[in-house]
Amino acid sequence: MNSTILEAKSISKSFNDPIKVDVLTDVNFTIQKGEFVSLTGKSGCGKSTLLYILSTMDTSYDGSLFIDQIIMPKENEQFLAEIRNKKIGFVFQFHYLLNEFNVLENVMLPGLKLNKYSREEVEHRAMEKLKILDIDKLALKKSFRISGGEKQRVAIARALINDPMIIMGDEPTGNLDKKNGDLVLDIFKELSGSFNQTLLIVTHDPSFAEKTDRIIRMEDGRIIS
Amino acid sequence: MKYKLLVSIAKSLLLARWKQTLVAAVGVTFSITMFITLLGFMSGLNDLLDGLILNRTPHIRLFNDIKPNLNQPINIHPDFTHSHNFISSIKSESNRQAIYNSIAISTRIKNDKRVIGFSPKITAQIFFNEGSVDVTGAINGIDYNEESRLFHFNEYITSGNAEDLDKIANSIVLGKGLAKILLADIGDIVYISTSNGERFQLKVVGIFQSGLGDIDKTQSFASVGTVQKILSKSNSYITEIQIKLNDIGMAPAMAKEYEALFETDAEDIQTANSQFETGSSVRTIISYAVGITLLIVAGFGIYNILNMMIFEKMDSIAILKATGFSGKDVQTIFLMIALSIGLFGGLLGLVFGFGLSSAIDQIPFNTPSLPTVKTYPINYAPIFYTIGIIFSLITTFLAGWFPSRKASKVDPVVIIRGK
Ligand SMILES: Nc1ncnc2c1ncn2[C@@H]1O[C@H](COP(=O)(O)OP(=O)(O)O)[C@@H](O)[C@H]1O
Ligand SMILES: [Mg+2]
Repeated sequence: MNSTILEAKSISKSFNDPIKVDVLTDVNFTIQKGEFVSLTGKSGCGKSTLLYILSTMDTSYDGSLFIDQIIMPKENEQFLAEIRNKKIGFVFQFHYLLNEFNVLENVMLPGLKLNKYSREEVEHRAMEKLKILDIDKLALKKSFRISGGEKQRVAIARALINDPMIIMGDEPTGNLDKKNGDLVLDIFKELSGSFNQTLLIVTHDPSFAEKTDRIIRMEDGRIIS
Repeated sequence: MKYKLLVSIAKSLLLARWKQTLVAAVGVTFSITMFITLLGFMSGLNDLLDGLILNRTPHIRLFNDIKPNLNQPINIHPDFTHSHNFISSIKSESNRQAIYNSIAISTRIKNDKRVIGFSPKITAQIFFNEGSVDVTGAINGIDYNEESRLFHFNEYITSGNAEDLDKIANSIVLGKGLAKILLADIGDIVYISTSNGERFQLKVVGIFQSGLGDIDKTQSFASVGTVQKILSKSNSYITEIQIKLNDIGMAPAMAKEYEALFETDAEDIQTANSQFETGSSVRTIISYAVGITLLIVAGFGIYNILNMMIFEKMDSIAILKATGFSGKDVQTIFLMIALSIGLFGGLLGLVFGFGLSSAIDQIPFNTPSLPTVKTYPINYAPIFYTIGIIFSLITTFLAGWFPSRKASKVDPVVIIRGK
């Protein structure tokens, strides 16, 4: 049985600003269910650009992208928003929590948007995710009143709320100190190990990459291994 | 469920910036307050002025004008019926001013469903004899009850008992200016003479004041019977029938119809008083223009606050879009913010507008020409309040449209890359 979660087929991208620069050239790879993949390479080699394409947020590229074996259209904004909501969880370098809401509400937002469970159920599920990440005590705190490491963990809980097929991260430990960075890595390892969660994490930290199942290396917009 | 979530996000964003939001809402409140007050006051004034003339003016008047006969003999002559005949120096025939067949006409009008009522009238030129001086004036024979019911005659009686016109034989109500000239008061006897030279004594039972000086100086009223007697005419003699309609808009058409049907002259109120409508509509236009101008200013306030909010909330918009909210959802959120400012500010504006109107309504406004009016006139028509709230919603919607569209177009990649 085929359990490919994500497939990139000859994806290329260039910026025309001010002259034509090829950022990605003929990128091909697949990710299977349960894999913990890291994407590494020097700064500026195109990792983030690739991740934004894989996450469906950037639609101006050549080639095709399949998520859950469905080809992603490049026009249908509404459809792509639903895909992101249902199938992809994000963790960025910056946490992007909404200051107007408390921790629990921040985690619940994508769950409420999904509109699959009742509000009570979404709240219950959000609490469970917070417990997994050991921050359930912070549930009712305003999101700007917690520490940087805690914020990033809340962001991970938010990424998990809809049980996504894949979690994508763009240098999620980039803003954290060693201790918190390690903590986040441990969390990813646990999600991968205990919950068979598929992850694709961009990093330029070799020690982080080494702890993952598989490393995709990039150089000048190409995959080299 | 879907909108509930967007509403709660909109609410949180709004409350987080409640001071600016309040300022924007106050702008809307102010303009709606002024809008309601101005419209209420202006249309109160319109009603007052309309009341001054239009309420007392019949919607259709039937009468016989003195004019040359249109069917001159030469036109009837078989040799000339098909030619164009030039006749000079035609004289008006001595036709009577009375309406022929007034009784049949009355019955016909009475059965017309479009008519509220009518009252007969006789107008005659007379002289008031004050010592050796003759004052020119007019006496109007009226049916006091109908005249009051349809044309508010009773509201303009400032002293005396005008009902006595029907009860006391040979009684008269004088215009205030006329009474002053004749030095006559209630209970006094005035002497009049007709154009035929006949003299009569009439007892003053009331004084009226219309607010129009010229009328008050020359006009007087008596019962139809009294005037018929003065003119020594039969009791079917009337010179005018005044008709009030259910729908004033039908007056021109019905005037034409009656003119043909009854073979009299018929004049509708629109033709007789066209200048009043112009004045009313100018006042209304001014009120709307001021209200809308204020609203546009308030709209810019909302536009600004939303732009600022969106600029500040770029990160939030980016993550909402990254986690599955569509551009449309984001647009809805910011439109909701704009509309709730409009709704809240607008409703408050209605309340304040009502308050300010009521305050103006308390200010004394005494003018000798308007005996029934004691304070500044205000119209509280619900339509102004409806228009006010609709306007405020439309303005805020438009003011919110462009910023919220901008928000919906925010590219999360650009924002996230910028961090
Ligand atoms: N909007 C843009 N216009 C032009 N060039 C861009 C733009 N965004 C990124 N780039 C370029 O694309 C290359 C890849 O960038 P990025 O994907 O952010 O690299 P990484 O994440 O691996 O550090 C860089 O050389 C960068 O300067
Ligand atoms: Mg990067």
